[in-house]
Amino acid sequence: MDHLDKLESQSVYILREAYREFKSLCMLWSIGKDSTVMLWLARKAFFGHVPIPLVHIDTHYKIPEMIEYRDRFALEWNLNMIYGQNTEALAEKLTFPDGNTDRMTCCKYLKSEALKHTLSGEWPRYRMEHELRQYVVDEGRAPYTGVIVGVRADEEGSRSKERYFSPRDKDNVWDVGDQPPEFWNQFKTDFAPGTHVRIHPLLDWTEQNIWEYIEREKIPVVSLYFNQGRGIRYRSLGCYPCTNPVTSDARTVSEIIEELKSGKFSNIAERSGRAQDSEDGGLETLRRDGYM
Amino acid sequence: MSGRAQMNIVIVGHVDHGKSTVIGRLLADTGSLPQGKLEAVRESCRRNSKPFEYAFLLDALKDEQAQGITIDMARCFFKTAARDYIIIDAPGHIEFLKNMITGASRAESALLVIDADEGIKENSKRHGQMVSMLGVKQVTVLANKMDLVDFSEEVFEKLKADYTAFLAQIKVTPVSFIPVSAREGDNIASLSERMPWYRGFTVLEQLDQFISDKELQEKPFRFPVQDIYKFTRSNDDRRIVAGTVAAGTVRVGDEVLFLPSGKQSTIQSVESFNTAQKQQASAGEASGFTLATQIYVRPGELMVKPNEPLPEVGSRFRVNIFWVGRAPMIRNKEYKLKLGSARATVKLAEICNTLDASDLTSSKCKQQIDCRDVGECILETSRPIAFDTTAASETTGRFVIVDNYEIAGGGVVVENLSSGETLLQKHIKDREHNWEAGLVRAEQRAEANCHRAKFIVFTGVPGTGKRAVAKALEQGLFDNSMNAYYLGVANIDRGLDADLGSQTDRAGERLRRIGELARILTDAGLIFITTIDDADDYDIETLKVLNEPNDILVVNMGENGFSRYQPDLQIPVGGAVAQAVSLVAGLLKTKEIISDYQI
Repeated sequence: MDHLDKLESQSVYILREAYREFKSLCMLWSIGKDSTVMLWLARKAFFGHVPIPLVHIDTHYKIPEMIEYRDRFALEWNLNMIYGQNTEALAEKLTFPDGNTDRMTCCKYLKSEALKHTLSGEWPRYRMEHELRQYVVDEGRAPYTGVIVGVRADEEGSRSKERYFSPRDKDNVWDVGDQPPEFWNQFKTDFAPGTHVRIHPLLDWTEQNIWEYIEREKIPVVSLYFNQGRGIRYRSLGCYPCTNPVTSDARTVSEIIEELKSGKFSNIAERSGRAQDSEDGGLETLRRDGYM
Repeated sequence: MSGRAQMNIVIVGHVDHGKSTVIGRLLADTGSLPQGKLEAVRESCRRNSKPFEYAFLLDALKDEQAQGITIDMARCFFKTAARDYIIIDAPGHIEFLKNMITGASRAESALLVIDADEGIKENSKRHGQMVSMLGVKQVTVLANKMDLVDFSEEVFEKLKADYTAFLAQIKVTPVSFIPVSAREGDNIASLSERMPWYRGFTVLEQLDQFISDKELQEKPFRFPVQDIYKFTRSNDDRRIVAGTVAAGTVRVGDEVLFLPSGKQSTIQSVESFNTAQKQQASAGEASGFTLATQIYVRPGELMVKPNEPLPEVGSRFRVNIFWVGRAPMIRNKEYKLKLGSARATVKLAEICNTLDASDLTSSKCKQQIDCRDVGECILETSRPIAFDTTAASETTGRFVIVDNYEIAGGGVVVENLSSGETLLQKHIKDREHNWEAGLVRAEQRAEANCHRAKFIVFTGVPGTGKRAVAKALEQGLFDNSMNAYYLGVANIDRGLDADLGSQTDRAGERLRRIGELARILTDAGLIFITTIDDADDYDIETLKVLNEPNDILVVNMGENGFSRYQPDLQIPVGGAVAQAVSLVAGLLKTKEIISDYQI
């Protein structure tokens, strides 16, 4: 087994463990490369099927190509696709692009809050109705007790501290200082009523591993990751007002890998194009409050 | 692109002995830091008028920097020419032992850091013991802060001799000892000019010398069944036995045996998605199989090859255990055991001895296992599970114990003791010894009733019509003036078992209560009838023992789910209820429970 086989096996084991132990389970799909790899790993784990609903938090400011891509594969791979949204904040224009909040508050409203209430079932969930090829309001409002998230330990400091199975209390709060132990391959799969567990199958993957795996498995990813002739590409995808492309000539997956290994990005952090990280408190403050 | 090897290493040791500094150094000296990170930390130190330290590189979290100790384990990534590494920085502070174990249990090799100036401390020993118990085979000891002892060879040799002697007591032989100063960079990436007397490996060279664990492939095949998948709704009729191969190899056409159920079949196919068709699966692979015959196996069983050395099957075993739970581990309390893919209710049966891991003093008289104790004890599960002793196969000999939703302890199985008296047998002996009988004897009741007492259990998968037959039997016996009583299991759920809630082993406790109830009702002279879905050998054996000294009669409807147990009567599904009832009545006559039965 090479290193990608090992990573794949461990992620598949974690996904199967989650599917076995959590009756109300969902997987967050941000449409980015990481969670798309995770979705692919689910197809590996369940032999071509994805028996877990996929949840996308639509901030309304995602780059349009991402939404097109989401719906295309939702239909093609027969996914149980669900999205949630903070319709209230959008209606009242309580957003950074509208000039009414700072970046951090905007993230809190459109992502953390929307996520929290979509997971709990308090806010409507929109489900892809395959026969109609469009979204309908989902009748299912049961809270998800297991939430699979594609974070990686190498992304930034607080994520390097995560467990594979990480409990969140009633208010989605993460107690970094007192995390449950994980011995060998036994995880926290028992949880008290009212709490839920975040499950992280990609924790041991690096950005380079992700691209190597995309290349090996020929996983389709959004074209925004590639230079399409203008000498720029996205390295990390988010909302367009807060995500900047990087200058790069990489047009293919193998060119991206080369760039990460020895080229211009081998020493620059992946999220350097994500503006909210550099504001006071950064990602850790957001994460303690339930951000992915 | 393929084939770069990867290894997990853990860094352990006493608090403040310099683990984080060693890692910071390794990252900096191998050029593994993101651009600007080193400068940013230096700048932050300058702003706060603190001297720069390599350890700050790792202190990514705020509350950690505030306390100056590693609270959790952090993962760092770096690479040498030989391979990629994931370093797990395990906290040295005693409060965070569970985090240290979490980190160490995932590692193939360990660096144990000891402050040469301060010498061997409590956690130097405790962590040495833990690393060995967790199965980390390769340990290198770093004598750190050599700059504080003037790079003295004498100090180094003394520390080496003392710690080697300690490790010998717990049967650990370290790979090497390296004198280093992580802060100054001596012997980390290049040999130190200041310790000309040392000519062994640098830390980086030593890491590359560690060997990756390959021997798992050579061991007997072990496959803990994680789940059974059948995605019929997506038009997929494959019934796939899924899991990760823990040891050995299996090929298409191999005979396989499931334990503890004892069922057998043959591998028909190795299943996978987006790969070429596979013919085999080996240790480490997350895989799935279809079987040549339709057999009913449950998640939690261990699939093995019958022609290889077999694992142990039992419910009573001797273990080495470590405890990190807030509440101590005590006797007569139910815990949940997770071993491989098996889950079982477990009780602490006996404590053989407990060990204070810091000074290795042992105690034989403790009544409980406290937080941070390491102990040898005997555990007993409510039903047998398949496992290996740790000497035979490590990956299937490790377990954790869950107390109140939290993993509170873990350990390794040392010996199968299943031939000894179980807690259940002990309980029955004790119960019967103290049973307070009334003045009416069983024979008098039988004479007055014109039948003997009996506990009749109908088994089979749901939907076989066993309840209808059980109720009709009660009616028939009643019409023949006999004292029969049918108990619907749902009635117990809402009554006698209402207190069980979402308790971990609801099923086990429910079974125990039915068994105890049967003991009482058969003592009262009744023919007591009930039904149980999906019963297996152990369910019936448990009921049989609980109902002692009275007798049990098992009627199975439809497919026989037992692997060894022979039901007293086998009735096919779909026949007339009346016919099934007369079959049971016939058997009761043959067994002289009743003397006559008129339809």
